[in-house]
Amino acid sequence: MLLTVTGVGLGALYFLIASGLSLIYGLMGVLNFAHGAFITVGAYAMWFTESKLGGVPIWPRFLLGALVGLVVGAVFAGLVELVLIRPLYRRHIEQVLVTVGLGLSTTALVIAIWGNDARPVPAPAWFGETTTLAGANIPNDRFLLIVSALVVLLALTAFLKRTRYGLIIRAGVENRAMVTALGIDVRRAFTLVFAIGGVAAALAGVLSNVYFTTVDPGRGTSLLIFAFIVVVIGGLGSLRGTAAAAVVVGLVQQYANYYASSGLGDLSVVLLLGLVLLVRPRGLSGSFA
Amino acid sequence: MSGLLSVRDLHVHLGESHVLQGIEFDVPEGGVTALLGRNGVGKTTTLRALMGLVDRRGSIKLGGEEITATPTHRIVRRGVGYVPEDRDVFAGLTVDENLRLAERDGDPRYELVYDLFPELKERGRQLAGTLSGGQQQMVAIARALLNENRVLLVDEPTKGLAPLLVTQVADVLARVSELTTVLLVEQNLGVVQRVAREAVVLDTGRVVHIGPAKELLANEAMVHRMLGVGHAA
Amino acid sequence: MRIPVKTLAVPVVVLVALALVPQFAVDIPYVFKDTLNTPGTLQLLALCLVFGGLAMTYDLLFGFTGLLSFGHALYFAVGVYLVAIAVTKWHWGFAVALLFTALVAILLPTLLGAVSLRVGGIAFAMVTLAFAQAGSILAFKNPWGWTGGEEGFGTDYTKLPDAFVGILNTKNLYWLALVYAAVVFAIVRWVVGSSPGHVWQAIRENELRVEVLGLRPFGYKLLVFVIASFLATAGGVVYLLTQTGPSTEVTTANFTLTLLVMVVIGGSGTKWGALLGGVLYTWANQRLGDASSSHAVSSLPPVLRTPLQQPAFVLGVLFILVVFFIPGGLARTGRLRRALKLS
Repeated sequence: MLLTVTGVGLGALYFLIASGLSLIYGLMGVLNFAHGAFITVGAYAMWFTESKLGGVPIWPRFLLGALVGLVVGAVFAGLVELVLIRPLYRRHIEQVLVTVGLGLSTTALVIAIWGNDARPVPAPAWFGETTTLAGANIPNDRFLLIVSALVVLLALTAFLKRTRYGLIIRAGVENRAMVTALGIDVRRAFTLVFAIGGVAAALAGVLSNVYFTTVDPGRGTSLLIFAFIVVVIGGLGSLRGTAAAAVVVGLVQQYANYYASSGLGDLSVVLLLGLVLLVRPRGLSGSFA
Repeated sequence: MSGLLSVRDLHVHLGESHVLQGIEFDVPEGGVTALLGRNGVGKTTTLRALMGLVDRRGSIKLGGEEITATPTHRIVRRGVGYVPEDRDVFAGLTVDENLRLAERDGDPRYELVYDLFPELKERGRQLAGTLSGGQQQMVAIARALLNENRVLLVDEPTKGLAPLLVTQVADVLARVSELTTVLLVEQNLGVVQRVAREAVVLDTGRVVHIGPAKELLANEAMVHRMLGVGHAA
Repeated sequence: MRIPVKTLAVPVVVLVALALVPQFAVDIPYVFKDTLNTPGTLQLLALCLVFGGLAMTYDLLFGFTGLLSFGHALYFAVGVYLVAIAVTKWHWGFAVALLFTALVAILLPTLLGAVSLRVGGIAFAMVTLAFAQAGSILAFKNPWGWTGGEEGFGTDYTKLPDAFVGILNTKNLYWLALVYAAVVFAIVRWVVGSSPGHVWQAIRENELRVEVLGLRPFGYKLLVFVIASFLATAGGVVYLLTQTGPSTEVTTANFTLTLLVMVVIGGSGTKWGALLGGVLYTWANQRLGDASSSHAVSSLPPVLRTPLQQPAFVLGVLFILVVFFIPGGLARTGRLRRALKLS
């Protein structure tokens, strides 16, 4: 039970990151290697805010830090799109390369300013305490992860189904050119999608601070790789496929780590990717570019 | 004489081929101008160039204003409707959503659209991907009619449709041409005969004939030479 | 295949000039910290040449065949680790270790390539990333104590050929690296000009057309994959000799991305581009590191000083600038204007 909940919890984390990646690729055709930077920026913004609020009680301190992390993530992602991606419209390779450069630069900058070591991030003690569920003692942070991801999934789905921009994005993922042929400026949708991805990634960064209790420069990159695997397994551009794949990956990782040996979990995820791609190159949901 | 749409020295390169080699023609205001030619001469590319969907060089004027450097979505907002060759309806969206997406500022003309295509009202909540070819064509045309456009660019609307549907589409085109100027790419000469006023004929990236549609179609030798054999009437 | 003398002239002259470098006691201020023929500078030059060669192997995949691999680091790491492990942990002789590594360098890419190349585009990139990640995880986990975990270990230098051991022999290392880069250059040139080479370029342009012509792209892609990976492993072995031992740095996805940066800065798919990019990047990385502790930088206000002290940051920003303003890479600056018009 603990394994399952932890697995789903990790899956929740991967989903948050993968959902943004999937939307960005589906709509814009950009493999966003800077997504890890969004995670890192959100995580560090949160830590930095908390470190400045030394005397404040833990809950407001935590919540404020988280909020700042989210806002910074969204703004950063939006700016990245406006300044770096938009000018390279239709030059897909260059767009991907720029995100690679940005990812590398951001991690380096963070190391430059705060060093390579992990820093502890204060969080309410309740996250470390456990709740008993079906006979197992489960740390509460898992619930935080799962609930957050569910909220995001529901919010995103509602956004896509009920709003005009959601409509534009859904259509754009299918056929970007035709959307412009209807008189719609897709570029605004691009910035929006990047900002959404940024918020989700920053949220993942904030939550990973809670789960790992520390923040470190490599966190964004290591989580990103798993998120990429999730996106490919689930099928690029499909939100439901991404959610399903995220849960599967999280579970596989946990179970393999426990039953086989630590570290084998990561390897099994990689093997899983290879397997899925060989059997179904279009990913679980069958949608692929 | 220049018309609503005025094209001068239009060049388009796709990959290594020089697909349009200096196209020049006018689309007079009102009525249907047919863009004709054998397969592969560049008819669809011409429409896509007018829409800004491919990189182009030359001069394209809409109502006297130069739109050669204008991005697609702005061209459309100046009053250009597009019905693409493969319909390009959004399969994952419902019929309603497909139409809603096409709404621009102003009053969307749902009454007109549902009057022409009552089926679309019934099938509003149906996923566009599950529609038949003919029904998808209706959605594609309806989308372009929803707004008051100065000109409609329509690409082979009867392609792959059963004869009954072909007649229906021709009827719709005839009605529409009373409201808007239409530039129609069509292989079906019967439809052209029915609705078209002017004809522009392309051959390997160049314009080879411009004139009244009826005259061209009455001349069997010209039809055979420029449009090839095997066109259904 | 007859090669006209004119084409050979420039590369040969360059090669000879480079070979004579250890003889020159010359100071080039700013470019190098020490005199040209000191071990420190020769070590740097050797590294530049190794990475120049490695970048060329990556360009063979990316620039010429259009295969975007995110796992090229794996094969380089194999070269770095296997020889070290065989010699230090299994106590094999150097020659045997080399032979073994060569064997793996052929078999592993054949196997992994056969699996990865079944899919194309993004999927291929992800699969290669995944395989490389697996290798990296393996290196970190230190199975049976072989890989030494995160810090690696020191190679048993008594087993290595004497010619390459010790600081006085740095010039031998330099020549070895030069030979490596030259060999890679020659092989890449030869292979690209050959008939499989033309198929690769055709594959990059339009894979469907290649199929229509009756050729099966898979076999050709696998061939270039194995060749590029084998040469990368060779580079790994040379690299190992320049270091005290293997470390996990070379197994990371970051490392492959660095290769991509090198190739793009230099100009992918050109004759000299990748080599230039690899050399420049390695040199810049080192010199920026030196500069960060220099007086000029330390006296800057913290806002400027902190980022400038991280070579990775400076290089990342430079990379972004190159992508924006010199999209063809440095090797294509002559055709810059044409590139700007096309985009």
